[in-house]
Amino acid sequence: MTELPERKLPEPKRREPKRREGVPVGRAAFLGLAAAGISSLAWGKTAFDAVASAIPSGLPSIAPSNGWRIYSISSPLPTFDPATYSLEVFGLLDKPFKLSYADLQDLPQERQVSDFHCVTGWSVEDVHWEGVRIQELLKAVNLAPNARALRFNSAELPYDSALTLEQALLPDVMLALKMDGKPLTRPHGSPVRLVIPQMYGYKGVKWLKSIEVSREAFAGYWEREGYDNDAWVGRSNGYGDSS
Amino acid sequence: MATAPEPAFIRRFTVSERAIHWIHASVFFSLLVTGAILYFPTLSVAIGRRQVVKDVHLWSALAWVVAVLVVVIVGDRRALRRVLREADRFDADDGRWLTGKRAPQGRFNAGQKVNLILTGVLSLLFVVSGLLLWLGERDTRFRLDGSIALHDGATLVSLFLLVGHLYLSLIHPSTRHALRGINRGDVREDWAEKHHRKWVEAERDDRPV
Repeated sequence: MTELPERKLPEPKRREPKRREGVPVGRAAFLGLAAAGISSLAWGKTAFDAVASAIPSGLPSIAPSNGWRIYSISSPLPTFDPATYSLEVFGLLDKPFKLSYADLQDLPQERQVSDFHCVTGWSVEDVHWEGVRIQELLKAVNLAPNARALRFNSAELPYDSALTLEQALLPDVMLALKMDGKPLTRPHGSPVRLVIPQMYGYKGVKWLKSIEVSREAFAGYWEREGYDNDAWVGRSNGYGDSS
Repeated sequence: MATAPEPAFIRRFTVSERAIHWIHASVFFSLLVTGAILYFPTLSVAIGRRQVVKDVHLWSALAWVVAVLVVVIVGDRRALRRVLREADRFDADDGRWLTGKRAPQGRFNAGQKVNLILTGVLSLLFVVSGLLLWLGERDTRFRLDGSIALHDGATLVSLFLLVGHLYLSLIHPSTRHALRGINRGDVREDWAEKHHRKWVEAERDDRPV
């Protein structure tokens, strides 16, 4: 396709076509890089986590990093007022009760180091949690015979989630008051959040306001949006063999 | 070529090329700001309104796709194809340029061609990973744990390119005249002779005597 007008004058000087044309490297580079990029859908998370582990923590959380992301469903985030806060435990038990923040702190505390996995694909390794085991919380009460589950309600309405009793009593489940040596900060769910490392993070209700002992593990906020109730890391929500 | 004789300036970019550039730049900015809010805890907490920010992010991406399509359909496709052709071709001078030696360059210098190619690749990867993230929120068939890594990685590379791009186009004294070209379409011929000599000479060869 020529763009040049008809010439009546002698041929203007032109460089040799070969030197002027060059080699069509560009399209090859485009296709190769695009293919490499798309292939990273298969290996990207592994590579990402490996690099993030190698980078010392404490650097600003620019990718790749083991950085947290804060997802919320309503604004603003709940504010913790130690003077008025209480965690209410009610439902299918003989003696419903309320705990103040000081009450929670007075319960025997346990520590653990766990990884945190978000269902969207990012993770934070080696989070130091300190808090109260569910067993400890329910020690002084009797659950009704038909009690099968615990429903966790957040001050961030309408966020909630539920676990079966069996899941809630797993050895690494806790109500965390401290993260990485410090009391929970506001973005991370102050004053207390549910921690269940074997499941994706959306099960770990933040800004915990009340716990209801119930007949079954009703679908919570994200479960109503289509996510799995039993949110086992690597084998739920479409990951692993799950559908 | 029947343009009015303007010996001082030479036309470098058509309206279509400039439109694509500015659509890309403005949408990229919107995606970057909303993306940063979604990504950095300090900003997420300060701004909140996650659903609104997400919606702006998604609609920006959609607007980009539509706007680019519109330009391609109603614009100067010949000029756009010329861009692709020029970005595709690397000669010995480009090779020298990329190793840090000075060598005469065409309308796009070798670095600009590389930027074009990478921008194209990154745009594709953003669309793919973004689409997977968006669809995967609702449908487990689209949930891949590598999506967010690819999206994050593409962002990091893009930022790298953007910083260099902005430096050369806005700050670096010898190159920032190029901003006029992408803004108004033409550049000073004497500047172009220095930085894009092979292009200027080819343009002169094309002009009727």
